[in-house]
Amino acid sequence: MNRIILKKQLSDDVFMMKIAAPHIAEERKPGQFVILQLDTDFGERIPLTIADADPKEGSVTIIFQTVGNTTHRLSSLNEGDKIQNLLGPLGQPTQIKNFGSVVCVGGGIGVAPLHPIAKALKQAGNHVTVIIGARNKDLLILEEEMKAISDELIICTDDGSKGRKDLVTAPLKELCEKNPKPDLAVAIGPPIMMKFVALTTKPYGVHTVVSLNTIMVDGTGMCGGCRVTVDGKTKFVCVDGPEFDGHLVDFDNMMLRLGSYKIKEEEDHHKCHLDLQIEQLQKNS
Amino acid sequence: MHISAEELKKNAQLILSEIKDKTLSNKERTAIPLQEMPAQDPKVRINNMEEVAEGYSVEQALVESHRCLQCASAPCIEGCPVQINIPGFIKAIEEENFEKSIGIIKEASLLPSICGRVCPQESQCQEKCTVGKIFKDPNKSVSIGRLERFVADWEASEAKRSIPEVKPSTGKKVAVIGSGPAGITAAADIAKEGHEVVVFEAFHKPGGVMIYGIPEFRLPKKIVEDEIETLKKMNVTIKQNFLIGRSRTLKDLLEKDGFSAVFIGTGAGLPKFMGIEGENLVGVFSANEYLTRSNLMKAYKKDASATPIYPSKKVMVFGGGNVAMDAARTAVRLGAEEVSIVYRRTEAEMPARVEEVAHAKEEGIKFKLLENASKIIGDDKGRVKAVELVSFELGEPDSSGRRRPVLIKDSEQVVEADTVIVAIGNESNPLIKQTTQELEVNKYGNIIVDENCKTSMDRVYAGGDIVLGAATVILAMGEGRKAAAAINKLL
Repeated sequence: MNRIILKKQLSDDVFMMKIAAPHIAEERKPGQFVILQLDTDFGERIPLTIADADPKEGSVTIIFQTVGNTTHRLSSLNEGDKIQNLLGPLGQPTQIKNFGSVVCVGGGIGVAPLHPIAKALKQAGNHVTVIIGARNKDLLILEEEMKAISDELIICTDDGSKGRKDLVTAPLKELCEKNPKPDLAVAIGPPIMMKFVALTTKPYGVHTVVSLNTIMVDGTGMCGGCRVTVDGKTKFVCVDGPEFDGHLVDFDNMMLRLGSYKIKEEEDHHKCHLDLQIEQLQKNS
Repeated sequence: MHISAEELKKNAQLILSEIKDKTLSNKERTAIPLQEMPAQDPKVRINNMEEVAEGYSVEQALVESHRCLQCASAPCIEGCPVQINIPGFIKAIEEENFEKSIGIIKEASLLPSICGRVCPQESQCQEKCTVGKIFKDPNKSVSIGRLERFVADWEASEAKRSIPEVKPSTGKKVAVIGSGPAGITAAADIAKEGHEVVVFEAFHKPGGVMIYGIPEFRLPKKIVEDEIETLKKMNVTIKQNFLIGRSRTLKDLLEKDGFSAVFIGTGAGLPKFMGIEGENLVGVFSANEYLTRSNLMKAYKKDASATPIYPSKKVMVFGGGNVAMDAARTAVRLGAEEVSIVYRRTEAEMPARVEEVAHAKEEGIKFKLLENASKIIGDDKGRVKAVELVSFELGEPDSSGRRRPVLIKDSEQVVEADTVIVAIGNESNPLIKQTTQELEVNKYGNIIVDENCKTSMDRVYAGGDIVLGAATVILAMGEGRKAAAAINKLL
């Protein structure tokens, strides 16, 4: 179970893995996520959005950035290795229907979970414009895949090494100013990007769906660690989300909560790097 | 003053030499001193996660068993949710036939080593005990729970654990959703009849609340793991990392996967918050999250576990149940300097087991009674720095029969804290209902069942906290047993 079928490095710190998980592949819908744990006794449980699934092959695809202990260890696994625990699919699926014209905004690693949503929206008959952004051209992912399923693809980089030298919110604003404006915006990316996407679309009254990735333990509603403030009320990302109305999410509170364990994470990150280096040296010697 | 296990054993030896093999009158029996539970020294145990209550020695168990009057009417049995033959198993202890004793318990209860540790005996069997009535104090009743634990542990230490007999295969399949107390009891009873049982568990380890919720120092995980092993030896399959409702729907289990019946034992599992300002600040946790990080994810083993737990100095726990005690005592063991339990009624109304409250106090936890939070205050980084508390007085009894706390005007005070743990109970998890429209639930989201634990859907049964609301291990077990009987009859 949960064998890694395929591993690809997409950029410096971004990896793609196809994992054998037949029942997740069968049930999964766009917008849903999995919880992954590498070691049953002492591993951490982390949520990762499902980038793609192939029910025939019985596989799910995840795309992740190495940011903490678990993602670093995950990136050191290879094809044929097994992931001890994988739970899913979790969360409410994205609402897919014909809204008219939809703009999908993806930043960094958020482009991965955005891809199946954009694809499904296109299949449902929407006119789909995709805006993807990254710090530079080397960090852009899924450009070809997005091109294949969208009516228009706009690329933004912070340094102008590819596409427009702009933040994703610049072309988004232009689209909102057009007549007719988009019927729906879907944004997935770093919290700060989603916050500004929501601020950009709000004056134009363009309904904006954001997909949140918060700290979770069980992912089934039991712990409440993932909770966010939406329209002044407490919501659980794992069972009420992961998608919410971007105009109602308290992003500042969410970002603070994401930093709950920053000190421990930094220590672990450092330790993890050392451990991995040692492992590497032992392998080489 | 802390009395060591050694001393308690010596005292018991002396008493035993006086009473052994004598015919005792009821008066002589009630004159025998109640045997205290040996426990780790509070000064030592606040620095470890090991079990606090060490269990009776043989001598203590024998002495305590002589306190039972063997009442013909046996009111204690009435107080037991699964009607264990209590005088019977205690008599067997008195006769030093421990094997017979555990056999009597197991006729009614599958998990004596767990129930002996976590049952609220003082509000069940021991509340009805005649000895307690004589002293007008249920805390002076025969220590039924401690004796239950004694024989269960004796069985485990003697490696005499027998695997219940399983009838030849019937070829029928039953799904059990959730591997907590209700689920594993139902699974065992259904498996005994020769049906194939698959238990679905969302977490990576089975055991439910006994694994993620109740801490090691109160219920060692080894005991729960042993129970699960027994279950596996009875040909029960446990499928971890599988969430019914998402990984597969309940209807698919019946319609596509060939299950003849389903038992839902998913527990309560959606933590309640207080609904006050500041509740989503960094440093506010549900007790479920705090305890899961420590127990299931082993965050207390700071070097080994990848799961972090919040570094706390001043902790405030809200609630008065066992979960509140567990969270507060965990915080002490994780190194917090000051831990308080804040409860809006008085100690008399606290739903926690008396022993847990006593242990919490011995461990230096402060009790702020007739108080509650009105606001949580954060610093400029969004982290908890203080809590505004308000005071209450007790008024008229409410629907639960407990006196209702009434707010005292202008009683606000701000108290410094860096961590807030909310332990005010759980709501029911909506997942199965959301993905199974036909299933009827009440306004609290609890599944509605008939007297046989059958739900509104054919071949679907439910029991435990998902039906009862937040309750106890033993009640969940009782329900699992009842539902299993109904399922066995159906098949």
